[in-house]
Amino acid sequence: MSSPLARLRPARATRRGGAEAQARRRDGAWPWLFVLPLLIGIVTFYLWPILQTFYFSFTEWGVFGGSTWTGFDNYVRLVMDPKLYQSIGNTLLYTVIVLLGIPIAIVIATLLNLPGLRFAAVYRVLFFLPYIAMPTAVAMVWRIIFNGDFGILNWALGLVGIDGPYWTSTPGYALVAVAIVGLWSSLGFAIIVLGAGLKSIPPEYYEAAELDGASAWRRFTSITVPLLTPSIFFVTVVTTIASFQLFDLLYAILGSSNPIVPKSMSLVYFFYREGFVLNDKGYAAAIAMVILAIIGIATFIQFRLQRRWVVSD
Amino acid sequence: MTDLAVRRRRSARRGSHALAHVVLAIGGLLMAFPFVWQILMSLSTNSEVQSVTPHFWPSELHWENYAVVFERLPFLSQLRTSVLITVIRTLAQILLCTLAGYAFARMRFFGRGYILAVVLSILMVPSQVYLISQYQIVQGLGWLNTLIGIVAPGLFSAFGTFLMYTAFQNLPDELEEAARLDGASPLRVFWNVMLPLVRPSINVLAILTALWSWNELLWPLVVTTYQENMPLSAGLATLVGDKNNTSYPVIMAASVMALAPILLLFIVLQRRVIDGLAFSGMK
Repeated sequence: MSSPLARLRPARATRRGGAEAQARRRDGAWPWLFVLPLLIGIVTFYLWPILQTFYFSFTEWGVFGGSTWTGFDNYVRLVMDPKLYQSIGNTLLYTVIVLLGIPIAIVIATLLNLPGLRFAAVYRVLFFLPYIAMPTAVAMVWRIIFNGDFGILNWALGLVGIDGPYWTSTPGYALVAVAIVGLWSSLGFAIIVLGAGLKSIPPEYYEAAELDGASAWRRFTSITVPLLTPSIFFVTVVTTIASFQLFDLLYAILGSSNPIVPKSMSLVYFFYREGFVLNDKGYAAAIAMVILAIIGIATFIQFRLQRRWVVSD
Repeated sequence: MTDLAVRRRRSARRGSHALAHVVLAIGGLLMAFPFVWQILMSLSTNSEVQSVTPHFWPSELHWENYAVVFERLPFLSQLRTSVLITVIRTLAQILLCTLAGYAFARMRFFGRGYILAVVLSILMVPSQVYLISQYQIVQGLGWLNTLIGIVAPGLFSAFGTFLMYTAFQNLPDELEEAARLDGASPLRVFWNVMLPLVRPSINVLAILTALWSWNELLWPLVVTTYQENMPLSAGLATLVGDKNNTSYPVIMAASVMALAPILLLFIVLQRRVIDGLAFSGMK
């Protein structure tokens, strides 16, 4: 733009180029004043810590502080640790159950999108409330609902002749219980994102299909679902990543002194317990690196699968 | 089945959607039930909560459970901490992220692209990866069990910077150029001309930061050891392990009060919150 040819361009373009050159000249130290406050914090509290954790993962921490370089010891120990596989399994079980909410969310979003539906705003609020509610606060009531002796869930199951388990003190059931809460709290988010996706489907498609005599079900499976796949994909990725971060609900529903914690940990709980309860920070740093790798791999797989099943125009 | 389909089509034409209402009403009630149950239990006695056949309505409404929360738990100081960390982080993120986002989107400086890429790369890293080291830093500064220790890392946000960066990038050039040609300083251009134009994105940032700050558990749990120094989220979670405090109605009353501010705020601002979250979809 500084070439002499620029002067030969039409007036508007010249003015633009002039302004930009002038702006560039005058920016000077200003950008740094704008960026530095953030950058100092980002470097101190994020970038440096990321590098440091990577370093920590190769060290062993003494009881009275101080750390020594131990090479790959933490990783070797981690690979042999059954708790790692248990927590990966638990996290996957939780994730799979929470993902079952997506088909439910598709149906609900479709219903909420019906033209002229009354009370749609009220329904939307009801479905959305759990998503923004404080996890530890809702966990308190879910503990009562799931209580093996006096919980209303087991009372309701008893009405249909099922003897409900001790949800929060039996290893396998505890995760199912937490996952039900996880599904309940993430449903609203999926409904909102899918609802936005539904709005972008041109109504002409439905009109044409109706003229051709396609049933409501046929319109749903042949128009709605295929055209919604980009939103479904997005919700699946975000829900999976969020589910891999399971901690708050698990911690609050089980309670920290619950004896089944070692068998019911998620990956993040495993990390927290090793690092901040058992104070083995080097080992916890290695777990953090494994979590980073797992989330990276899961995201990569999902994006590879995207090409197979997402319909794009 | 065909009968049902016919009826559905007929009702759809009338616009009443009876079947949809049945499904949505049942679903909506299931979603709301835990909140309703929580409020009912907070007004019951401990033995009513623990009775094997449920009391759907307390024989008497025990409002005093709410008063007991303030007597027996450090609820007020936890509420104060929650409010302060939420307000401070939200304001700090709005200020720091808009400034940086503006510079990244609209100013030229050495290494801009690389610095931005490094900042955004943090978005892909789960928080556990920086948590241990953040703890070390806060401990080294003597900030454990203090408000500033809980607040500090959350003042800065790569996500917020990304959000504001895209918002500023989508603005047209003309206004800014005119202001600059009139000789306004970059700070004035930013503050008077550009900032008002990205208000929708600032709203989104404010909503997401406030929600996350209020609800977050892991970080406050790690940097605080005493109930009095915790925000509500950590305070409630550690109450569970506390064997002496098993009065269920009091715990319910405390958690109802912890939920109330954000839920009420949401009901007031619902359109904005829903649109904002649908738009950003992250976090």
